[in-house]
Amino acid sequence: MNPYAFRRYIVGAIFVLTGLIYIVRLFYLQIIDRSYERSAENNSRRLITQYPARGLIYDRNGQLIVYNEAAYDLMITPVEVKTFDTVEFSKIINLPIEVVREKIRKSRVKTNTNNIFKPSLFVGQLSAENYALLGEKLYKYPGFFVQTRTLRKYANKTAAHLLGYVGEIDSSGIKKDHYYKTGDYIGISGLEKTYETDLRGRKGTNILLVDVHNRVKGSFQNGRADTVAIVGSDLTTTLDANLQEYGEFLMQNMRGSAVAIEPATGEILAMVSAPTYDPGLLIGRGRRVNFPYLQNDPMKPLFFRSAMANYPPGSTFKIVNGIIGLQEGVLTPNTHYSCAGGYNYGGSKLLKCTHVHGSLNLPQAVQQSCNTYFCNVFRSIIDNRKYSSTNQSYNVWRDDVMSFGLGKKFNSDISNELSGNVPSSGYYDRVFGKDRWKSNTIISLAIGQAELGITPLQMANIVTTIANRGYYYTPHLVKKILNKQGIDSRFLEKHTTPFDTSAYGVIIQGMYAAVNEAGGTAYWVNMQNLGIDMCGKTGTAQNPHGENHSVFIAFAPRENPRIAIAVFVENAGYGATWAGRIASLMVEKYLKGTRTRKPMEDFVLTFKYKK
Amino acid sequence: MIDSRTSFLRNLDWTTVFIYLLLVIMGWINIYAAVYNDQHKSIFEISQRYGSQMLWILAAFVLVFVIFMIDLKFYTFFAYPIYGLSLLLLILVLVMGREINGARAWLFIGKFSIQPAEFAKVATALAIAKYLSAYNIKVTSLRALLSVGLIIFLPMVLIILQPDAGSLLVFFSFSIMLFREGLPGGVLIFGFVLAVLFFVSLVVLKVYIIAAIVLIGYLAFVLYTRNYKETLIGFSLTVALFFLFWGIMKVSHKTNDFYFIIAASFFLSGLVFLVITFFRKIRHVAAFVLFLFSAIFFAYSVEYMYHHILHEHQRDRMDILLGLKQDPLGMGYNVNQSMIAIGSGGFAGKGFLQGTQTKYNFVPEQSTDFIFCTVGEEWGFMGTAVVVGLFMFLLIRVIFISERQRSTFSRVYGYSVASILFFHFAINVGMTIGVLPVIGIPLPFFSYGGSSLWSFTILLFVLIRLDASRMELLK
Ligand SMILES: [Zn+2]
Repeated sequence: MNPYAFRRYIVGAIFVLTGLIYIVRLFYLQIIDRSYERSAENNSRRLITQYPARGLIYDRNGQLIVYNEAAYDLMITPVEVKTFDTVEFSKIINLPIEVVREKIRKSRVKTNTNNIFKPSLFVGQLSAENYALLGEKLYKYPGFFVQTRTLRKYANKTAAHLLGYVGEIDSSGIKKDHYYKTGDYIGISGLEKTYETDLRGRKGTNILLVDVHNRVKGSFQNGRADTVAIVGSDLTTTLDANLQEYGEFLMQNMRGSAVAIEPATGEILAMVSAPTYDPGLLIGRGRRVNFPYLQNDPMKPLFFRSAMANYPPGSTFKIVNGIIGLQEGVLTPNTHYSCAGGYNYGGSKLLKCTHVHGSLNLPQAVQQSCNTYFCNVFRSIIDNRKYSSTNQSYNVWRDDVMSFGLGKKFNSDISNELSGNVPSSGYYDRVFGKDRWKSNTIISLAIGQAELGITPLQMANIVTTIANRGYYYTPHLVKKILNKQGIDSRFLEKHTTPFDTSAYGVIIQGMYAAVNEAGGTAYWVNMQNLGIDMCGKTGTAQNPHGENHSVFIAFAPRENPRIAIAVFVENAGYGATWAGRIASLMVEKYLKGTRTRKPMEDFVLTFKYKK
Repeated sequence: MIDSRTSFLRNLDWTTVFIYLLLVIMGWINIYAAVYNDQHKSIFEISQRYGSQMLWILAAFVLVFVIFMIDLKFYTFFAYPIYGLSLLLLILVLVMGREINGARAWLFIGKFSIQPAEFAKVATALAIAKYLSAYNIKVTSLRALLSVGLIIFLPMVLIILQPDAGSLLVFFSFSIMLFREGLPGGVLIFGFVLAVLFFVSLVVLKVYIIAAIVLIGYLAFVLYTRNYKETLIGFSLTVALFFLFWGIMKVSHKTNDFYFIIAASFFLSGLVFLVITFFRKIRHVAAFVLFLFSAIFFAYSVEYMYHHILHEHQRDRMDILLGLKQDPLGMGYNVNQSMIAIGSGGFAGKGFLQGTQTKYNFVPEQSTDFIFCTVGEEWGFMGTAVVVGLFMFLLIRVIFISERQRSTFSRVYGYSVASILFFHFAINVGMTIGVLPVIGIPLPFFSYGGSSLWSFTILLFVLIRLDASRMELLK
């Protein structure tokens, strides 16, 4: 017997042991650890996201404002990249060769955010020519493919603040809504943001089977798992693109805002925020360069003045006090006050008037914007014996003011809207001490100065309410969303002020006179010869930082008004000079569709902004 | 004549033949699945790899027939000439071979190509069998060891020159056969330890190796000398010093240089330990110290040799072999893809021709070295377990056959067959499931390729031929 015969068992044991170890390992790989299954899916299935076309945006007359243009993103799947001719490649995609090399090197570095097995963006938005060149030669560059998506285009470079812009979503946005993936686009401001879910539609996915050379081998399960992209809904805005454009044209050298509303519906016809910018600047590759440039512009073009700037309303606010006075019974249309060039209060103090107006009734006081008259009105409202304290009467006044939509947000579809400021009685208690203030302490409110802060949008809403003789609908920007029934119910809700219609009649009489009768503060912007009955009110908002702001509000025609407008021009001095002309020109443009007053236009364009 | 034929057929080990057929056909089907393409749906399509494999399988059957027809004595008588011929072919391939993938391993004869290294395994197995079956040869003798070593060494040298690391390593498998024939276990263990140390010192940080060696040293010392007290003192000294240095590092706000801490604590404690044991006159201290120092020296010299003696391209190949540097993508792409393919198969697999990983070329070399991936992906754990089981069964069967041989020649040859098959199986499957480094050698009977299929067929069927005539006394 061979002395080493027993070693057969050792050899056999080694063999069997190895086999058992392998079976255990296979059991682990194939049954316990499921991660390989997922890796396999990622490996051979390529999810092609189908980006639906974003909804288009039209103006109220069906004119196209925002549309889409195809863009081509070059994607890279790092593990699939083989050596290739980088020189030729960099020429095709029109990037310096060093940049291409660096990008490839970076894409291959495995980090938490960079999955080398998954496609990622290599170069965004190739031009159509580059795409055409690349398309023919893509087969030479395994690991690369082109994903098509759309970019926003603007028919006329208008309404930038309103429309907002679309940009790549950031990581916090992705966390909030799992619909989005890295590299997706989302509405960042304006209508693009407010109506994002309508505009975006729904992404679709095609699952393709690909081999390691990135060659498509067919669709996964014959497309049964694919989802179809749903095109975004088109928006019809309330804007009149021509009016908007015209307003921007008139205010091109100014800082300020013009907001026009259709009184009967609350639909915003125009919302000019000057200076504005070309919305195309914030799209695509240019955004990175242009955004900081716009942000550092001292004229602050990115600031959405129409809904965010707080201006004191100035004399335009007198009409509000007039209406409240009538309602509170401290004033009748025939109440006369005498103006000797100012209002004496607090002993020796004088609030100056623009003229020595003599004795005026209410409509005349509105027509001529007499400070003295409205200080008396305000005093009689606040110091009304009917109420036990100044606090109480002030709160009544404040509630009345706020019924015009002031001091709070409209909660509309306008993004970044601010609430403005109507100070509370508590505020004055803190400043002057409880029960230590009276009408004369806060007399500036009579003529719309001091702490009052009103946005141009809110100002336009005051005019709207007056034009409607006592009610308004929340001003809004969208008329119709494709495939949706009607508009949001909150835009159909009628907000009524607690004042008698007759009060409005009296005020409107004064506003009509202000524009159409000699001696009116805005007589020179009347459009009698054009057959337009415009009612208006000038204002000059005191600006502690420099030249006063020019304010003008108007609506037309007097009966069944179709447009209500508020115009603010910063640091422009007297109200009717600049703001009044702009309002007048815009009203003509909207009602008649004409521009008959070239000299007036030219004058407006001569405006030079000075601090 | 009829009698001898019937007795031949009766004595033929049909079990092994059946397993062989099973493996070959399963291999063929999986090659079909691995490289299947829509334009050529037929498994018999000659232009495709599955068609060629079919031809090679048919040719292999012819070879089997020829092997059966050849007289028994041919193999013993011509063992050395066959060995000589295979060496000649290995030289010829170096001269006339065409270089493919950086190795001169293929010999082209017209349209056909063969890989001489594959056949050299069979020839070497025959030559060793012939040598060891000679009268009064004992494996334990130094002369016999050197001679057998030389028989194995010669083809290895020629294969290094190609160079073909996979085929080269296969020759180490003969040590299993030598072990059965009486090679001292110590030699094998020593060789095994050296090999492990060699690879480990290239992959693992030196400091861990030293730590491991010292710990093993203490363990060996305590087991061998039974001087528990001294060993404990030495060991606790090491630990104490380690924490002392670590504490000093911590207090002095230096960054923790573990390399230094470990090295210093081992060195100092080793010195103290040496002095203690020396004064207590404990035996074997010298051997213990010698072991420690030579192991540490070896670990360092491997690195030195590796970086200063090997050429860069050799080192690259080695790096790839060791998994230090894998593929151009630099992340173990092949093994990763291979494990993904196998892992995604799950319990029952994705079904025949449904494997996406192997079919879409995610797995490299999927019809040759990585054919096991296709089995794993399409047939799942059931498939892989069956294949592993079949190989186990075949290997045990070959041992069984070898052990029933009356002649040393047949037994030695049989064990060589088992060793080679085992080595191929273990390395190939181990590589695809990520437990061994990527070494390109085929899975016997499975992988695509004429040379490997034929050489394995010859290897196995010569044994079956010998076994069928085991009753005839073969010297
Ligand atoms: Zn006056």
